[in-house]
Amino acid sequence: MRLPLLQRAKRGAAPRSWLATSPGWVGRLLLWLAPLSFLAVFFFMPFARILAYSFSWEALSAGNLQLALHTLGFTLYQAVLSTLLTLLVGLPAAYLMARFAFPGKSVLRALTAVPFMLPTVVVAAGFNALLGPRGLMNLLLMRGLSINTPPITFVGTLGAILLAHVFYNTTIVIRIVGNSLSRFDPKLEQAARSLGADRRRLWWHVVLPLLRPALLAAAVLVFLFDFTSFGVILLLGGPSFATLEVEIYVQSLYYLNLPLAALLALIQLACTLIFSIVYTRVITASTVQTAPRSAEGNLRGPSSLREKLFVSAMVLVISLLFVLPMAALPIRSVSQLEANRGQRGEVAPGFTTQYYTELFVNRRNSITYVPPFEAALNSLGYAAATVILSLAMGFPAAWGLVKPGPLERVLDPILILPLGASAVTLGLGFIVSFGRWLIHPWMVPLAHTLVALPFVIRTLQPALATIPARLRQAAASLGASPFKVWQTVDWPILRRATLSAATFAFTISLGEFGATALISRPEYPTIPIAIYRFLSQPGGLNYGQAMAMATLLMALAAAGIFLIERSRLPGAGEF
Amino acid sequence: MLEVREIEKAYEGQPLLRDISFDVHEDETVCLLGPSGSGKSTLLLIIAGLEKAESGRVLWDGEDLTPVPPHLRDFGLVFQDYALFPHLDVFDNVAFGLRMKNWSPERIRQRLAEVLGLVDLAGFEQRRVTDLSGGEQQRVALARALAPDPRLLMFDEPLGALDRALREQLLAQLRRILHETRLPAIYVTHDQAEASMIADRVLLLHEGQIVRQGVIADVWAHPASAWAAEFLGVGKVVDGMVLDRRSRVETPYGVLTVKCLHEHKRGQRIKLLLRPADSNAGVAISGRAADVVFQQGRFKVTLDNGLFVYMDTAPKKSQQLSVKVQIECLE
Repeated sequence: MRLPLLQRAKRGAAPRSWLATSPGWVGRLLLWLAPLSFLAVFFFMPFARILAYSFSWEALSAGNLQLALHTLGFTLYQAVLSTLLTLLVGLPAAYLMARFAFPGKSVLRALTAVPFMLPTVVVAAGFNALLGPRGLMNLLLMRGLSINTPPITFVGTLGAILLAHVFYNTTIVIRIVGNSLSRFDPKLEQAARSLGADRRRLWWHVVLPLLRPALLAAAVLVFLFDFTSFGVILLLGGPSFATLEVEIYVQSLYYLNLPLAALLALIQLACTLIFSIVYTRVITASTVQTAPRSAEGNLRGPSSLREKLFVSAMVLVISLLFVLPMAALPIRSVSQLEANRGQRGEVAPGFTTQYYTELFVNRRNSITYVPPFEAALNSLGYAAATVILSLAMGFPAAWGLVKPGPLERVLDPILILPLGASAVTLGLGFIVSFGRWLIHPWMVPLAHTLVALPFVIRTLQPALATIPARLRQAAASLGASPFKVWQTVDWPILRRATLSAATFAFTISLGEFGATALISRPEYPTIPIAIYRFLSQPGGLNYGQAMAMATLLMALAAAGIFLIERSRLPGAGEF
Repeated sequence: MLEVREIEKAYEGQPLLRDISFDVHEDETVCLLGPSGSGKSTLLLIIAGLEKAESGRVLWDGEDLTPVPPHLRDFGLVFQDYALFPHLDVFDNVAFGLRMKNWSPERIRQRLAEVLGLVDLAGFEQRRVTDLSGGEQQRVALARALAPDPRLLMFDEPLGALDRALREQLLAQLRRILHETRLPAIYVTHDQAEASMIADRVLLLHEGQIVRQGVIADVWAHPASAWAAEFLGVGKVVDGMVLDRRSRVETPYGVLTVKCLHEHKRGQRIKLLLRPADSNAGVAISGRAADVVFQQGRFKVTLDNGLFVYMDTAPKKSQQLSVKVQIECLE
């Protein structure tokens, strides 16, 4: 879900049209009125409130500062560890993808890209289904070894967080470093070898220095995502692994200590800003360029035994890492492996659809209990509202940005700012600004729109910019009326981008966890919130229902990813 | 001395090199001459140890190099697009091979002054290689290959990317350097002018096989195969049918008389080379001038029947001409 952040569109390149007959100042301001007032009310005002909170005496107490420092320390620690591990897996994987041709490669590549866009709850549930105390591995081992306690302790450990981060972000390393590697001129390596460099020195003196910009860019980006990660840490690590994000959540929801939460949010925001600036510096500073060449030229099958071993081992590792968690989830959701709560005696293991059918039943007959089916309805409603809202805000903004004037040059970074703020911070902003209104369920899609808007703008804007005036002129000279022109030229191009943007908004809203966890009312849960609740409740039935819901969410998200990939404009770039 | 023995190499199931055997002696420059796709570059990579051949051996002074990895072979390589390390400046590029041999900084500095002087690049040490012109980059690449004092130098179309004037200038410099250093060298090119300027001996490569080797003047005088004659542009190759034992051959240009080394049977199909005659001796054939190109002080005139000759004055377009050609028997 984070792709378009990197997909900065080239602006002002192609000739433009009815938009190019640009509206004057007044027209432009009118165009901007909706998106800007939306951001002013729902982003900048909450943000100002957070600032106000965090600079109060209440927030800046010694105890708070110490806790904040401690939390920042752990956040950095886990992010650094996660980044190193991701590089450890990602670099050989990038080498594999950039250098070798082998059967099933395209499948493997697609496989590594999927987690990047999966909702965090789904990823957490997937790892839980595989390695959790009720996961496949533990239950099978307990059965096989006839023991009563799960032999693998995974959930609630730092290892779980790290593994999930590796799972999430390896694809960044594969794409960025792999791209750089595949464009690498093989003659440079041949030259180095003929000059007396053995394999080790070849890497140390030639390959690594040339990869440095790509390596740095990938590392900073991975670090940024690990730094702001929330869902996987809360769901797989638990509240005891207090990163800034988790602590903001805990302080606002459990201790109701909003000043401290605000202080943490401020620190979080400042760090994110710094890392983003570093990232921008890194990618613009990557000046050393080898001769551009086609990526296919460097591909070949593994020839020596050493290469064959490397390729087989890497394919195995990647497949295990990426397939197992995603496969474990649907498998676990239809497997009866243990007794449900209240059931006695031995349970025959086998196939069951019970977890899915239970989703529609209010077994507890309690008023506060919301059946999962209703959570799904809530989610779909929120998602639909998010699509409409974000398109309504996104279209005028994207139009305005297509031909940037001085006004737009100022506005462009402002529109992207919400991306820098984490979802949890957005949620906190809503709490401190609209606390009383949060009983209304429609606040949730507003927050989702904030998260989705930068993606929607970044998807629409390149499409709007690529509509060539020549096509339109040609159509008009062939006798098409303005409406016909719009219908035959503009709409077919825009349709794909619009569909893509809408799918983005829809999928983001469906999977959004950070902001929703803070602002959603207990009586209006979404699918991710329901999954989180089920996961934190005891009993096999609850666990099974979490698996079932997460499987459904995964299917929905996968369908969304598929749609976005298919409607991607040719040449829009991977990152 | 380098010995290449019976190298076979396939690429995607197609044979790329077939039964390649040749020697390179001390103080000798051998030129691999052939069109693109004839496997020349691959052969260099095999000799350098950077590609593996399906079979065959590469020997140096009798020692089989098969188990020797490329970085221990001590063969210098110069590429067409230079392959300079973009992250290093001129000094570090040229010093690369010396650092790999763990030379002392003092020794490296001395050697660099030497080789940079040899290629006329003294004072370029701190320049970024990406800021250099094509000719300068090529000289850095040459200096880099020369610096570790390799036992063999190999050039893969080293001047292909440069313009003609620069090419000739660099070629002269290269010839002088090879002469001074007395290094054996293999020079790969598709350009026979380049080959004739640099090579002591040429190997003509066609479809993965060496079809002719020798001193270039000999090869020119006796191309021996129709392909070689056409590739070198020696003359026009035509099909003919032997009419009788008195060496009369029927061709599209009429019945011609030719002397062959061995006798042919009646009705046998052979190939003839119609070489533009230098003197007035030769067979006269007429045709209309179809194309006139000014080439190195004279005019290459191609007739409408495919023959070409060299003339001192340009004929008019479509002018009827009678030209003299020498007729030779191929294979």
